[in-house]
Amino acid sequence: MAPGNRPLSPHLQVYRPQITSLLSILHRITGVALVGGALIFTYWISSATYGPEVFAQAQSILGSWFGRLVLLGMTFALYYHLANGIRHMAWDVGWGYEMPKLRLTGWLVVLFSGGMTVLTFAAAYVVAGAK
Amino acid sequence: MMEFRSSLGRVRGLGNSKEGGIGHWWAERLAAVALVPLTLWFVYSAVLMTGADAAQFKAWVGAYGNPVLLILFTIAVYHHGQMALTVIIEDYVHHEAANLIALVLVKLGAFFCATYTIFCIVRLTFGG
Repeated sequence: MAPGNRPLSPHLQVYRPQITSLLSILHRITGVALVGGALIFTYWISSATYGPEVFAQAQSILGSWFGRLVLLGMTFALYYHLANGIRHMAWDVGWGYEMPKLRLTGWLVVLFSGGMTVLTFAAAYVVAGAK
Repeated sequence: MMEFRSSLGRVRGLGNSKEGGIGHWWAERLAAVALVPLTLWFVYSAVLMTGADAAQFKAWVGAYGNPVLLILFTIAVYHHGQMALTVIIEDYVHHEAANLIALVLVKLGAFFCATYTIFCIVRLTFGG
């Protein structure tokens, strides 16, 4: 068969979605999203070098309803990618491939990232309220 | 026809990553290990900077230890991100020219963003 014409696998559409495959692609999706997060980080840091007004503008953009929504997504993506990244490291050293362990660690990652996102945002609101 | 090349020699470089897949795999994970504590520290710090003004922000960036942690965080983030995007491009962008252009843009873009961010951190630390 011609090199450019070979069948590609996996054929995602023939598989029923399950926790393992969903969390796997979510790792990539959150990773790509976090590249956007890195650019927001650079924007945030660099804005302060252009003077107090520009930094205040950046803070108000990030603090607007849209900015908060984006940061909420980024916070979840970050905790998810962090926790699932540790899950990946466990696999890299050969631990946790059995199905019960895969499901358990998968759900732990989801619970951790959801819970930590809520806690982090609650903490940010407390800090904002104290200022 | 006689074949003088070893089996390994014939398949080497045929994978998606061409050469150096193992080195890439290892470097991406090394940055990931560094990012675990750095990210937790950064999120904690960023939460404390909610609603901060420029003076408070500058004081935080320049506080003892913070510039070094911020620079390490910047390097680890862009290094890890750039390597991860490389793998994703190798997986999904099959058109040869588009693949090459995407890889060059990602690598140079990450290099630029990391350098610029580090410059800003240094500038905020030493004033100006």
